[in-house]
Amino acid sequence: MQLPVRSFDAVIVGGGGSGLRTALELSQAELKVAVLSKVFPTRSHTVAAQGGVAASLGNVEEDNWHWHMYDTVKGSDYLGDQDAIEFMCRKANEVVYELEHFGMPFDRLPDGKIYQRPFGGQTRNYGERMVPRSCAAADRTGHAMLHTLYQANLKAHTQFFIEWMALELVRGADGTVLGVTALEMETGEVMMLQAKATVLATGGAGRIYAASTNAFINTGDGLGMAARAGIPLEDMEFWQFHPTGVAGAGVLITEGVRGEGGYLLNKDGERFMERYAPNAKDLASRDVVSRAMATEIKEGRGAGKEADSILLKLDHLGEEVINKRLPGIREIARKFANVDPVKDPIPVVPTCHYQMGGIPTNYNGQVVVPKDGDAETVVEGLYAVGECACVSVHGANRLGTNSLLDLLVFGKAAGEQVIRDLNEDGRLHKSLPKDADALTLQRLARLDGQKNGERVSDVGAEMRRIMQLHCGVFRFPELLAEGVRKLKEVAGRAGRTEIKDKSKTFNTARVEALELDNLIETAVASLVSAEARKESRGSHDRADCPERDDEKWLKHTLWYKDGDRLEYKPVHRKPLSVEPFEPKARVY
Amino acid sequence: MSEADRVRWHCRRGLLELDLILARFMDRHYEGLDAEAQALFKELLERPDNDLLDWALGRSAPADRRYQHVVELLRAS
Repeated sequence: MQLPVRSFDAVIVGGGGSGLRTALELSQAELKVAVLSKVFPTRSHTVAAQGGVAASLGNVEEDNWHWHMYDTVKGSDYLGDQDAIEFMCRKANEVVYELEHFGMPFDRLPDGKIYQRPFGGQTRNYGERMVPRSCAAADRTGHAMLHTLYQANLKAHTQFFIEWMALELVRGADGTVLGVTALEMETGEVMMLQAKATVLATGGAGRIYAASTNAFINTGDGLGMAARAGIPLEDMEFWQFHPTGVAGAGVLITEGVRGEGGYLLNKDGERFMERYAPNAKDLASRDVVSRAMATEIKEGRGAGKEADSILLKLDHLGEEVINKRLPGIREIARKFANVDPVKDPIPVVPTCHYQMGGIPTNYNGQVVVPKDGDAETVVEGLYAVGECACVSVHGANRLGTNSLLDLLVFGKAAGEQVIRDLNEDGRLHKSLPKDADALTLQRLARLDGQKNGERVSDVGAEMRRIMQLHCGVFRFPELLAEGVRKLKEVAGRAGRTEIKDKSKTFNTARVEALELDNLIETAVASLVSAEARKESRGSHDRADCPERDDEKWLKHTLWYKDGDRLEYKPVHRKPLSVEPFEPKARVY
Repeated sequence: MSEADRVRWHCRRGLLELDLILARFMDRHYEGLDAEAQALFKELLERPDNDLLDWALGRSAPADRRYQHVVELLRAS
């Protein structure tokens, strides 16, 4: 072992909402906790969450967790694990009230209770009609949550390692996870952070797509680390898309634009939605619009130099209407699409937004893998929470406002589980194997020593292009198969990346090369899993198999880096205390 | 150590819109600023993402007038 070692009770990789929630639970129990974050914690991507957090408080109208559970199971297209979903929905009120006590500035009703607003997919009485279930802090819920949790962590003496990037998981001979190696960006130093409990909370990896709403930091670092450490990734074929993000940028254009009379054109200037949805046209549901856009692009009728975008026309609404009813759209379009929508259409594409799959865990946040015939053996010492984890509560599709709830409930649950586990262990560190830093040093040496290699930006751009065209919102069998072949070639190139700048301090080029390794693992997992799943379920929408096939495919995918192979495991159909929700056609 | 490298990393944010705007600002404007304006920009980077984005998109302006010039450059980025 060459690396210096520092020891903690728990090391948490990621300083967004989920990592901060777990850290708080542990620091309040007076454990020695380190949180590693590539950026200052309040600049994590959780800040982008606006919609609020779901909880059946019933403050505005009668509500209960059974209805919330039904909505979530149905929304997941029955792929969600019903024990985990019951757990989440039952714990929702508790974690929201806790957050209130930590100081979260929720919007309030005149009587002082937390205000709740309706959000898509939230219904009363098992789908009867909408119910207001979302608790928010104006349009800055994620921001307020991050600040509240960060302050609470400072108070509880959580130790922050800011601008540190975790590189590899360290496992003992028996497979126990013993901590991580990490790079301090300011100095370029690499260190071993030994831990009795290691918690991955690295968020989603939406940057695998050319069109993504995700911030640049969302590179799936925890997913890459897990994959390289022999841990499978679950249900990675399921990605949520939004129909209209600015082509090449990813910034969302609100669906309100079509609501106000904007419509979509292909390169020939044809209003193609008239063909796909003669009645609803451009106001058809998200999946219908996304599917039509993807089909137009696939059949060569996309606009732009690469024929890979669709035009959103709104100039016919007139300047006055655009300024008045769609405030902000002109600024967004000018800034990110370089067009003024009063004169020209905005190039848009279906844009990746949220990752449903991830590192397989149970509802206590413990990472679980198949071993000796048991589909869910706990990996000692390893936990995962938030978007990087697959519990699975979102199944094949996430409901809005369930992601902030997910990170609160399972962030806390993982913390509680760590405390239980450390008490049982007697809180001793296990000794590190002699070669604990071998993979890390090898990877860094390879990157620094690479000659005549590939440019990180070229390989990354090719990966994003392949994912967008071959594994986007609507999937075609021949494109999936071709995409797998192309992506494997790109993965090979990613193993030969070269950086010109070898400096130690704030070497962004080195960080981006290391991030690319993680993105590539995620992309391969997603495309290989998608190619194999021959049905349509939730966000996985295939042209050749338009129906859900519960007989063959009501199961979770597990992708292993080693051998690039797939396994499957059963969905937990049995909730904790109530009767199961049996699969039904999903109609809204 | 290049101070610009550190600043460039601090332009990595939680909001995609800011990532895009700040990266363009770094490419187009940062090196050309005098030391005082560079220092003001670094101060701005300490502000919350939502405020920074509102200023960059012209939805609001920072109360402190010292930032006006840098915010105008951000708006043009």
